[in-house]
Amino acid sequence: MTVLALPKDPNARTGVLALLGAAAMLALGFASVPLYRIFCQVTGFGGTTMKATEAEAAAIRVTDKLISVRFDANVDRQLPWKFQMEQTTQDLRIGARKMAYYSAENLSDQPITGIASYNVEPELAGKYFHKIQCFCFNEQTLQPGQSINMPVIYYVDPKILDDPETKDIQQITLSYTFHKSAQQPVQKLAANTLDQSRPAR
Amino acid sequence: MATTAEHFQAHDDAAHHDHDHKPAFFARWFMSTNHKDIGTLYLIFAIFAGLIGGAFSGIMRLELAAPGIQYLGWAAEHLFMMKDPSFDQTLHVWNVLITAHGLIMVFFMVMPAIIGGFGNWFVPIMIGAPDMAFPRMNNISFWLTVAGFISLMLSAFVPGGTGNGAGIGWTAYAPLSTYGATGPAVDFAIFSLHLAGAASIMGAINFITTIFNMRAPGMTLHKMPLFVWSVLVTAFLLLLALPVLAAAITMLITDRNFGTTFFDPAGGGDPVLYQHLFWFFGHPEVYIMILPGFGIISQIVSTFSKKPVFGYLGMAYAMVAIGVVGFVVWAHHMYTTGMSVNTKLYFTLATMVIAVPTGIKIFSWIATMWGGSIEFKSPLVWAMGFIFLFTVGGVTGVVLANGGVDDVLHDTYYVVAHFHYVLSLGAVTALFAGFYYWFPKMSGKMHSEFLAHLHFWVFFIGVNLIFFPQHFLGLQGMPRRYPDYTEAYAYWNEISSIGYLVMASSLVIWFVNIIYAYTMGKKAEANYWGEGATTLEWTLSSPPPFHQFETLPVIDDKAKH
Repeated sequence: MTVLALPKDPNARTGVLALLGAAAMLALGFASVPLYRIFCQVTGFGGTTMKATEAEAAAIRVTDKLISVRFDANVDRQLPWKFQMEQTTQDLRIGARKMAYYSAENLSDQPITGIASYNVEPELAGKYFHKIQCFCFNEQTLQPGQSINMPVIYYVDPKILDDPETKDIQQITLSYTFHKSAQQPVQKLAANTLDQSRPAR
Repeated sequence: MATTAEHFQAHDDAAHHDHDHKPAFFARWFMSTNHKDIGTLYLIFAIFAGLIGGAFSGIMRLELAAPGIQYLGWAAEHLFMMKDPSFDQTLHVWNVLITAHGLIMVFFMVMPAIIGGFGNWFVPIMIGAPDMAFPRMNNISFWLTVAGFISLMLSAFVPGGTGNGAGIGWTAYAPLSTYGATGPAVDFAIFSLHLAGAASIMGAINFITTIFNMRAPGMTLHKMPLFVWSVLVTAFLLLLALPVLAAAITMLITDRNFGTTFFDPAGGGDPVLYQHLFWFFGHPEVYIMILPGFGIISQIVSTFSKKPVFGYLGMAYAMVAIGVVGFVVWAHHMYTTGMSVNTKLYFTLATMVIAVPTGIKIFSWIATMWGGSIEFKSPLVWAMGFIFLFTVGGVTGVVLANGGVDDVLHDTYYVVAHFHYVLSLGAVTALFAGFYYWFPKMSGKMHSEFLAHLHFWVFFIGVNLIFFPQHFLGLQGMPRRYPDYTEAYAYWNEISSIGYLVMASSLVIWFVNIIYAYTMGKKAEANYWGEGATTLEWTLSSPPPFHQFETLPVIDDKAKH
């Protein structure tokens, strides 16, 4: 193995070291993209919600304390969809799982793939808000005029009661924004949705 | 404070005549590797770019002088080559103007002047070095800066979405700068930042190497003049901050042109990440612009008080502290992006901590003048103007540092007033102070002290007239970045626009002074400021020989302090 040696000339040496410093910062700049995502997923920063498996959800102790969840739906201007929640609020016991529904309808005459971004408010509740199943985990493709109901199954972790910052939270708002996905395809139905086409209201 | 080399004779003109021959015009100015010539090029370039950036702000103040849209249509047709601009295109011109003004003043005026100009000229001389460590790279730095400026100018004449030119603000926030503004103008503007950034990184490597390796015998780090210290800290900030900007704007380019979604939620990206990256660069950037100014002010205050700077080590390490803490306060530019109270708490606290080393500097300058044998020559008057204006800007900075207060003042004219007090008034005043301090050294001709004083007072009154009323406008809720406003804001806007005219007329006095110096100015002696001026540039003739310090000066330990 050849050993990378710094130049002998002191000026070239300092110059190379400084250049390496700059290159490291450049790399850090690009590395910030995955680092930021991991940071948000781990800490719930910015109200990022957590993902849980069925097994994890089953192990959660259900408490007597009630909490309210409010639902919010937004659509990116570039996406010609109607997207709304089927219920304004739900009350549930902390630790218990609950299912909520959203509905989406493609108002255009073309199949369009959308993807939902999400967070909760107050942001500090993000790390205690767990989703077991969510339409936001995958892209959704809607055929022209098609409308679907989409479930989200979630629970609020009882640890929220142990955190002095969050123990007094009485209501968490779960917000979604549907965007037009960067990958636009393909004349096929999304396989992983509850495909309950029903007449528009 | 820096050491004197009292008995050191730089050059005997007759003896060294053969070594002082200069290359012919083209080779000297277009292929220059001489730090003084490159410094001169930087200064000329910065003056030129500053006039363009200043003219843009003139159009802005003209438009804002009264409510309604009066002059933007004219600018759209005649400056940005749009035929029959629609109303939207007319308003787009406003965005282009504020973008160009910000980018030009930051990257093509203040930085080239204060680092490229004065830094190149005086850092090697002050440490007793014959030139910069990498003279050819120095040349590349300069011409890349020029290329970046040309790229930015070109952007004004190609489509940038709504109309010609890039209207994305100097911060280039996504999504406005990604799918919010299609067209090559934005790519040109972003590319100009790449070029200017690469130039500055190379400049930073050059300064770091020069200062670490090429100090004259006896010139230890703790004997370096404070201006050299300030450039050293600035170079480190450049080296560590600019690559992050380069990464962020490269991702902007790929988001715009190659279908990536780094900052687009539709593909799992986050526009707020761009803001984090931008301000991780952007906050150190404001110290990059002001720290060399601190250095210049330290030299001047010491010279005209005929005393070493009070608390030399404290002054040097205060700059280091400002540089270090400056890297961990960036999100105070983003209080309204939905941060938790605890995050705001941290960034408020960290931001306020910076007031401590800054306060050390302000009070040390005052303590240097205290009991000094003060001579009110023009550079000192400019320097005292700097101390006053920078303190005003610093105080409003402490106000804005509060996350809660900033929720109200964010994106109002209060913020505009704040950063112009520290930059437009602070950094530019430091530039003029440095100009009058060193112009005779660089040119060999004395300027008129009367005109320099007159320039100061007209400029001082002008900039305060422009920016002090903007505090009131901001507190009343006038948002920044709009070409129009309600009648309620008319009074102070008119005063502010009158202030612009006063400031602009001070620049006429400045140019008259330069013409005076070159036509009627007396020949400058080696040390025209007298006994207070103790750094190495005063041991050389004015202007210094084309090559200096072929025999290195030895810094005498006993002459210290």
